[in-house]
Amino acid sequence: MALRSAGVPFRVKVAAVWAVIFALLGFLFWSASFDNQWIRENIGFIARGLLFTILIAVFGIVIAVILALLGALGRLSRNPVAYGVSGFYTSFFRGTPLIVQLFLFYLAMPRTALNLVDKFPNFLPQNFAQFFTLEAFQVGIIVLGLNYGAYMTEIFRAGIQSVSHGQSEAADALGMSYRQKMRRVVLPQAFRVVIPPTGNEFIAMMKDTALISVLGQSIESMELFRRAQLIGNADVKPLEALVTAAGLYWALTAIFTFFQSRLERRVSKGYVRAVAPTRTERRKVVLTGAAGGAPHGAASGYALDASDAPEDVAAAGHTHAGTFEAIEPLEPDEPEIPGHVPGREHQ
Amino acid sequence: MQNGQAIVRVEGLHKSFGSLEVLKGIDMEVDKGEVVVIFGRSGSGKSTLLRCVNFLEDPTEGTIEVSGVRLEGGHRTRQKREQIRQLRTHCGMVFQQFNLFPHMTALQNVMEGPVTVKGLDEGQCRAIGIETLAKVGLADKADEYPIRLSGGQQQRVAIARALAMEPDVMLFDEPTSALDPELIGEVLSVMTSLATDLHKTMMVVTHEMGFAREVADRMAFFHEGVILEEGTPDEIFRKTQFPETKRFLDAVL
Repeated sequence: MALRSAGVPFRVKVAAVWAVIFALLGFLFWSASFDNQWIRENIGFIARGLLFTILIAVFGIVIAVILALLGALGRLSRNPVAYGVSGFYTSFFRGTPLIVQLFLFYLAMPRTALNLVDKFPNFLPQNFAQFFTLEAFQVGIIVLGLNYGAYMTEIFRAGIQSVSHGQSEAADALGMSYRQKMRRVVLPQAFRVVIPPTGNEFIAMMKDTALISVLGQSIESMELFRRAQLIGNADVKPLEALVTAAGLYWALTAIFTFFQSRLERRVSKGYVRAVAPTRTERRKVVLTGAAGGAPHGAASGYALDASDAPEDVAAAGHTHAGTFEAIEPLEPDEPEIPGHVPGREHQ
Repeated sequence: MQNGQAIVRVEGLHKSFGSLEVLKGIDMEVDKGEVVVIFGRSGSGKSTLLRCVNFLEDPTEGTIEVSGVRLEGGHRTRQKREQIRQLRTHCGMVFQQFNLFPHMTALQNVMEGPVTVKGLDEGQCRAIGIETLAKVGLADKADEYPIRLSGGQQQRVAIARALAMEPDVMLFDEPTSALDPELIGEVLSVMTSLATDLHKTMMVVTHEMGFAREVADRMAFFHEGVILEEGTPDEIFRKTQFPETKRFLDAVL
């Protein structure tokens, strides 16, 4: 038995397992009289929610990145105000459930704003309360941005700390100010490290946009899950609607995970590269820990090919695909992320 | 040698890390064009002295003066921070671990100080950069990233980076200690040419006694946080006064 299957590639076996799982699920749905016709007719309506799902996630991650950067600088600051504010921010948004934060901003904020206007009518403009009365998707963007920003503060903090102290000293020794040092030396190197985990956070956030459905949305700004719920309930086809929604989320995250893993591979290979096995003449320079502030364990046995084209590591996304294709065979199973930073583990 | 042209003046310098006192009262002057080699056992405070001169470490007590910028040790105020930055532009520092910026090419590394700190225009800095790289013999490596350079080449770029700021004094903190033996020579010869051709004022922490004998005007032996013995290379090597110095020299020579 074991001998006979030994020749079958691992990938083929795994594919077979997946096929069996799908067949089983298909059988289950079939036995539950799954209405394929209904899905074909309504998937368009549900899928239109993808627009808002992606929109919320994109704006959310932009806010999160800005807050995470400020939060991280605050956490690393010796200024008591910056340290205190960023500490409060991360503690609160990591310490309370996302859904509670959503309701807080959706319901409590307009109420508070109205009361403030009542209390201080002379100081606050009349439309002050309106400003805080937000659409569900707007609340979604803000709260997801705040919540994820709090988690990502830790990622950014670790990313900044992964830049070796020597880099900071070299910048100091040149006479740079704190601002110049951050902008020119520390952050460009830190960003390289935080780009992959930020991609992960974005994918996680796309799924968390479904939580916004609990706030109830106006018809033109509904995201995917809300649409699935509404139409599923209306036609009494909850199973079909939910399976459709799940399938769409899954496809979306699968697509972004694909791009994310490519990005991760490229970015993580920024400084240290293996030798392309196809080259006939190599000049190997085995890196030692002394290598000019390569931020992670450069001594991990990688060698670099001195005849390769240099690479602009500052522009992390801008790399040469061909170079990486060529080095694949020598890589370890998992691409090692330099200065891998602890973030939230997502389910 | 002290003829009033001191570029660096260190007076009554004390430095403690917590309860550990690393420097216990250092007085030193370095004149224009002078090369001072600082040597001694590890932990004797020689690197700490260098790092106090450009305030990478804040002196616990004492006074540092570089090119007329005079600063007391102790707490950092906002005003003092600005003065420290000014003082640092007069000091070029070369680190044991090179500390080149890995996301910049050799040329960009060298241009970084003039562009960002001095605010000179890019074209001008490019010319300065290439000229300075030529001084360390690496004009042909201008567009290479540090990772593609050998340790010796990286250290020479680091020297060029410090040199491009046109500092009044160059501080070398064990510049060859992280290098493979066969790469030490190229770095030492660049340092020698800085001293003999460009007449740079230099403070060098090193164990390279050959370099010291050849290039140093003065040597200072650090022992347990004080300068135990000081003199010309000839005095240090031939007329060693203290048994500690003798023991150290026997060990490294």
